[in-house]
Amino acid sequence: MYPFTYHRPASLDDAKARLSASEDGRPLAGGMSLLPTMRFRLTSCADLVDLNGIEALAGIERGDGHVRIGAMTRHAAVVESPEVGEAIPALAALAGSIGDVQVRNRGTIGGSICFADPAADYPAGLLGLGATVNTDRRAIAADDFFTGLYETALEDGEIVVSVDFPVPARAGWAKFGNQASRFAVVAVMVSLSGGSVRLAVTGARSHVFRVPEMEQALAGDFSAEAMDGIAVSSEGLNEDLHADKDYRAHLIGVMAKRAVRDALAQ
Amino acid sequence: MERETISVTVNGRAYERAVEPRRLLSDFLREDLRLTGTHVGCEHGVCGSCTVMMDGVTARSCLTFAVMADGAEIETIEGLGSVEAMHPVQQAFWEKHGLQCGFCTPGMLMTAVELLKANPDPSVDDIRDAISGNLCRCTGYQTIVESIQYAAKLMREDGP
Repeated sequence: MYPFTYHRPASLDDAKARLSASEDGRPLAGGMSLLPTMRFRLTSCADLVDLNGIEALAGIERGDGHVRIGAMTRHAAVVESPEVGEAIPALAALAGSIGDVQVRNRGTIGGSICFADPAADYPAGLLGLGATVNTDRRAIAADDFFTGLYETALEDGEIVVSVDFPVPARAGWAKFGNQASRFAVVAVMVSLSGGSVRLAVTGARSHVFRVPEMEQALAGDFSAEAMDGIAVSSEGLNEDLHADKDYRAHLIGVMAKRAVRDALAQ
Repeated sequence: MERETISVTVNGRAYERAVEPRRLLSDFLREDLRLTGTHVGCEHGVCGSCTVMMDGVTARSCLTFAVMADGAEIETIEGLGSVEAMHPVQQAFWEKHGLQCGFCTPGMLMTAVELLKANPDPSVDDIRDAISGNLCRCTGYQTIVESIQYAAKLMREDGP
């Protein structure tokens, strides 16, 4: 691993100052994705700004019609949160399906969405639930946040502070995880709010995406059968040793139905 | 590269050391403190051999910088028990042959301790889910699962 200078600010302002003072600075959250990539020398930075000392960035609160999750909130805290469990159980299920217990104890929602792994779970949670990402300088809709393979709309030095999830009438989560890593081969978050439906898929492309044909069908009839006959094209889908693109296309249909059934069961 | 001075409590004992920021917690424990009970297998967060407790919950010490543990309480396998006075989980792995080569065992034990703290009577599925981040290439997991079930029984009988 290449050497770096370590910073452990105690406040968001201090973290911002240290990042803006660095030519090549990077925030560190749980480190569950960043550390392996640094170890493999796939990434490096001159200054690593550790956000773990900023207490204000962690925590979950129920607001008016939404649940706000602080960027440094660990996956395990989301799994155990009564607020999340009551308002959006599908989100608690998503958090509980991430990696393994050691990863859930350290990994954070902010780290996950900023890293934007194509097979990460939270991006589908944000897009499927229509969340808003609050940063130190603006609010970004989930639709605009994920822009490519490991790419987000964040500017240099911009820090995610929290994520607001609107409480849906119903939401469901279904994941076909890699048996060893538990990364999503394909996973789907679906939500229904006031007659409008969002359905987001992760693991299948460079980054998370919605499936408008399925959303339209579900808006008329929120049932798994409503999606009968809707085939997702395999064009542009990921291919690796775990699944080729045709299999992933098939899995999108299967996971979408399971997600809707999950939503109806809640 | 400049060293950072950190204070860490490991198994109840306070240590102060100067470390390079890129020093991993796993290497810090093994090389700097000579606590070699924590094993390093894959070194990139897959195998779980390096699992330790950090402030009461399991963490992969190979995916944690030692500087991140400044001020933290770490528990390693050395703190769990001794040959003379084994922790019930160690006793159970001993009696039920929950290991062959023993490489994964330190991480497996720390993970089992965390599970049994939260869930004193886990089902086989609970156990398999809990140890899904710990790889064993010898046992096929069968005897590990039996050991953890037996440890749960020992701990229940032992009382709180």
